[in-house]
Amino acid sequence: MSLSNLNPGQTAVLVIVGYMLALVLLGLLSQFVLRLTVADYFVASRGLGSIMLLMSLIGTTMTAFALIGSSGEAWESGIVVYGKMASWSGIIHAAMYFLIGLKLWAFGKKYGYVTQIQFFRDRFESDKLGLLLFPILVGLLIPYVLLGVISSGTAIQQVTAGAFPDFFKATGGAVPYWLGALVTCAVVLYYISAGGVRGTAWVNALQTVIFLVLGVAACYTISEKLGGPVKATQMVIEHNPTRLKRDVTADDLAQYEEKLAAYNADPKAAVVKPREPHRASKVEFTTYLFIPLSVAMFPHLFQYWLTARSARKFRLSIIGQPLLIMVIWAPCVIIGIWATSAIINGQPVIPPEFSRPNGVLPLIVKKLASPALGAFLAAGIFAAVMSSMDAQFLALGSMFTNDLVAHYAGKDRFTDKQLVLIGRVFILLVVCVSYLLALAWRESRVFNLGVWCFSGFASLFPALFAAIYWRRVTKPGVYASVLAAAAVWIWLFQESQYGKSAEPLHYGLTPVTFIFAAATIALVLVSLITRPPSRATIEKFFDPRLPTLAAHAGPEQSVIVGGTGGGR
Amino acid sequence: MKKVVIALLILLAVLHQDFWLWNRIEPLVLGFIPIGLAYQIGVSIAAGILWALAVHYCWPADVDVPDEPSTPPAPGASHARSH
Repeated sequence: MSLSNLNPGQTAVLVIVGYMLALVLLGLLSQFVLRLTVADYFVASRGLGSIMLLMSLIGTTMTAFALIGSSGEAWESGIVVYGKMASWSGIIHAAMYFLIGLKLWAFGKKYGYVTQIQFFRDRFESDKLGLLLFPILVGLLIPYVLLGVISSGTAIQQVTAGAFPDFFKATGGAVPYWLGALVTCAVVLYYISAGGVRGTAWVNALQTVIFLVLGVAACYTISEKLGGPVKATQMVIEHNPTRLKRDVTADDLAQYEEKLAAYNADPKAAVVKPREPHRASKVEFTTYLFIPLSVAMFPHLFQYWLTARSARKFRLSIIGQPLLIMVIWAPCVIIGIWATSAIINGQPVIPPEFSRPNGVLPLIVKKLASPALGAFLAAGIFAAVMSSMDAQFLALGSMFTNDLVAHYAGKDRFTDKQLVLIGRVFILLVVCVSYLLALAWRESRVFNLGVWCFSGFASLFPALFAAIYWRRVTKPGVYASVLAAAAVWIWLFQESQYGKSAEPLHYGLTPVTFIFAAATIALVLVSLITRPPSRATIEKFFDPRLPTLAAHAGPEQSVIVGGTGGGR
Repeated sequence: MKKVVIALLILLAVLHQDFWLWNRIEPLVLGFIPIGLAYQIGVSIAAGILWALAVHYCWPADVDVPDEPSTPPAPGASHARSH
């Protein structure tokens, strides 16, 4: 059978299998350079260079939402999505790397931290703070992981439709959801188990290149099919002009009513059913700046920050962050806008009854691009999904191993080799549980939980920022901040019927605004009325002439000192 | 220069709120990108440039911990500290 005889579903399977094998191969290669030490497995012995760090950070922060969510949201609400999410993220992510990432990297290098909790325990002289933070961080990370597993299983089933009609009869020939999710989990598990954070960084570099190229290639191909970008935009001006701006005037509403009436009277003559105008909220647009603050508290991002060989290796990541986010988002947003009004051969590309925003990009690519590009789109979606999921699994393994096992068992209880094994076993358990939950909750509104996870992580930002920049912040202040944020988060979350309905807006403000405000106010007030931290701690974290690791290493850090022994 | 870069970054965050373009489609940049989207793409590019200036002029002095050369794995290193 030649390649030209394959149907689109089989082409997709071929590309996906090839892609998965490439990931396994990279995992295999990374195994040869892995040292079985905690520091090498979880932070690549702090040895990654500028390009690998940039690729890893982009791969980790860009989820499937950057590809299919952005185009779907643009189709639904127009150009506002770019300013609300992409350009804000470009500014704020870079700020987080500069203000938070650099400092945490330096503390991590000096004192041997591998996890956030080690830093918090040390900074606030509190062992129990770790016990408060551990379940919160894990609890916020798990739904984020589930997003990835569910997305991958769904995407595989969608793009392989009709591939093997005799074999997968129940799904019309598509690779079933359970199998797609299983294969994704197995491949991710293999390469993180084989190569640790170094293996995931290599894989993420490949994955980031794929979805950087993919959006641009898809945008170019689709615009060519529609008669060029100018004509594609003219179609939007004619049928859905409000998707090209953010306000909706009385004239816009009148035009919409007129076009809708014309469509209802004669759908064939009107061709495109006009989409209801969407007015963007200015307050919501501004307060979306709080959401990307969440990256500062992502455990998996913290882990990648620690992999940098030196502080200077952050420079490319800081500069490249806004630019690469733009390269990924802009083409997808433009495709989403074109999709509202695209006509080919006298027919709308997106049928009028179509109602799934996340399906817009796969559908327009399927209709206007080659099966190969469709299959590569699927690979791009997996790249986006897996490059976040792998780092999250690894971060969970690291937290369990370092913050619970090594911390409470004592520095001499386990060898590095044993700790890495414990980490691997825990990751295996987390992957299994995530897979089972993804099977059980496939039809749930787990996607709505994503924004609640981001809000939760963002609400921990004030405590982290104060820990680095405010000498006066105290342990009770941090407890109060975390508990206040949790209380407001739970209150607003139950108001949204636990993620089933849209985010509740109060005075036009998003929930994260209130959660963030509560966390900040509690942090400042309680810190000011409680006893300041010890002088030794202040000197340790605020004196630029810091002594080196050995002088300050606590029990858990000593484990890591041993871990880095191979490289020192 | 450090203060100028910080001021420019704050100004960029303020200019991100392009409410004066809220109801405009034209001019279409390159003939197909509505002005509101083109402006926000410009914000992303400006952010890249400003962060490059920040990295150059505002680099914190206390983060440059001396590099440790990344040595290749020594023979038997994977068995380090094994019992």
